[in-house]
Amino acid sequence: MTGTLVSIALSGVFHAAILFLVAAGLQVVFGVQRIFNLACGSFYALGAYAGVSAVAAFTAAGGPPALFLVPLAVAGLVAGLAGVAVERGLLRFVYDRDESFQLLLTFAVVLMMEDLIRMTWGTAPRSTGGLYLVYGQARLLGATVPVYNLIVIAASLAIALGIGWFLARTAFGRIMRATADNREMAEALGVDLRALHLRVFALGTALGTLGGALVIPATAAMSEMGIELIVEAFAVVVIGGLGSMRGAFVGALVVGVLRALAIAFYPELEMLLIYLIVIAVLLLRPRGLFGSVAA
Amino acid sequence: MTGWALLTVGVAAVLSVPFVAAPYYALLMLPFMAYAVVLLGLNLLFGYTGLVSFGHALFVGLGAYTGAVLTTHTSVRSMEVILVAAALVGAAVAAPVGLLCVRHVKIYFGMLTLAFGMVFYTFLLKFYRLTGGDEGMRILRPSLLGQSLEAMPKTDYLVVPYYYYAFAVLAVLTIAMWRIVHSPFGLCLRAVRDNPAKAEALGLGVTRYRWYSFVISAVYAAVGGALLGPPIGNVDPTLAYWTHSGNIVFMTLLGGFAHFFGPVLGAFVFIFLQDSVMSVVPYWRLVFGAILAILVIFAPGGLMGLLARARPRAALRR
Repeated sequence: MTGTLVSIALSGVFHAAILFLVAAGLQVVFGVQRIFNLACGSFYALGAYAGVSAVAAFTAAGGPPALFLVPLAVAGLVAGLAGVAVERGLLRFVYDRDESFQLLLTFAVVLMMEDLIRMTWGTAPRSTGGLYLVYGQARLLGATVPVYNLIVIAASLAIALGIGWFLARTAFGRIMRATADNREMAEALGVDLRALHLRVFALGTALGTLGGALVIPATAAMSEMGIELIVEAFAVVVIGGLGSMRGAFVGALVVGVLRALAIAFYPELEMLLIYLIVIAVLLLRPRGLFGSVAA
Repeated sequence: MTGWALLTVGVAAVLSVPFVAAPYYALLMLPFMAYAVVLLGLNLLFGYTGLVSFGHALFVGLGAYTGAVLTTHTSVRSMEVILVAAALVGAAVAAPVGLLCVRHVKIYFGMLTLAFGMVFYTFLLKFYRLTGGDEGMRILRPSLLGQSLEAMPKTDYLVVPYYYYAFAVLAVLTIAMWRIVHSPFGLCLRAVRDNPAKAEALGLGVTRYRWYSFVISAVYAAVGGALLGPPIGNVDPTLAYWTHSGNIVFMTLLGGFAHFFGPVLGAFVFIFLQDSVMSVVPYWRLVFGAILAILVIFAPGGLMGLLARARPRAALRR
């Protein structure tokens, strides 16, 4: 019984690790730019496909299977450059508009990217084959877990700590927090908002694409994966509080683990439970568990 | 005057479609009319009250499923009963949901509506005994004005009797909406949109008016959803998915939310453009995403906004 529970919890935590990366990207962008980026799910899908292609090329070139994580992570980060194109090509024109228009523009990106992915990679699901279990399985408190899952959980934790350090200790992190806090004041003090917007959006995108790349050894890449994930990431940031990194972390754990428990014990509830929690949070505490933005 | 002339030409054109155009186009007009009803309602909320719902597909799905559940689980076949039932179910769900949503505005309102939409979507997907799960449910052919038209071939049924029936519903609801937005009530909604603090100071219950607007727009969406059911024949949960909500907002923006007939035009252009793009390439989302991006950046007033901008210039040239 503990074995089953541990294995359910660990699969939830694995999902949470991926969700955290995407949600962190969403939070960075919302915190600084005040744009709720619906396209973060599309970037996640893009990262997944880029990862599949990179790993396939790596294997075809005779790369050792055990090193597949390297091309996977590199592809995930490189795919983040798509954010530069989206920010320079589209978003920068609407920073002074009403937020509903900004939301609609990111929805336009969702539509376009879904088809661009279909055009590039086709409609059939793509996977990395048997690489998932290359690192074997570990036994943990009576549960069997793929070692890959543990690696991703560790990587996600490391990234969370890295972001925390980056925001608290580096000059750029301080500038980001200052701008999130008071945009006019930051600009008056000489912050180049143009450059900041670009870097922040690229950072947010790269977190999403990396999350997508890291998930595909475990599941196949599909063109709908983006629009399905965005609603989960949405739940994460609402529960945690918009714009808060700590919120993304806790929210991802809540959503990931609850979803895993629901699937195991009462599948009908799956996402229903999550959305009901989201509604409850929005009604009772709109700023979420850690958010500072008032409704 | 030109407005009335255009409207008359438009109505005459819509009425003549079953006789002058191939049945294919008449069949395309059916979803257009259904979406026109949905969008008239959505625009009361979006254009006139200033609230952007990202979960309106909930009510479209609710209306469509009302028709499907009534025709498959009960012996009800009458379209009139289906429409009234859809309106009542829409209002019954919108009343509590709206009460909770209108306490917030802007992004929080959008997020709440999205969350409620996804709750309903998940419900449709998971409670398959009632809803058929991801395969959805069939809608049996409804009778119109008490006439059972079971014997007719499906296309004949849809192209002539159902076509004019849907048109009549659209016409009645358009007139009703025109009356609503041009009444003192409609003025109050605009006051609430433009300056909620001032509206409140003048004694208008801002939240209450937002709630009225929400419920009316949900009833329109549910009736539109019920009209959409028979032409598509099979309703499935994607009707309530969040991307469908996004598309509905997109249609409104395409036509122009600042104009009464903008959303109707938006529904028309969306449906026919989607059909012609899909006949060339399967990637309609790419084309439509690009169109939406261009609209948001360069022409947030939509097609009606562009027309209004073009007209005075044409007059000057003359």
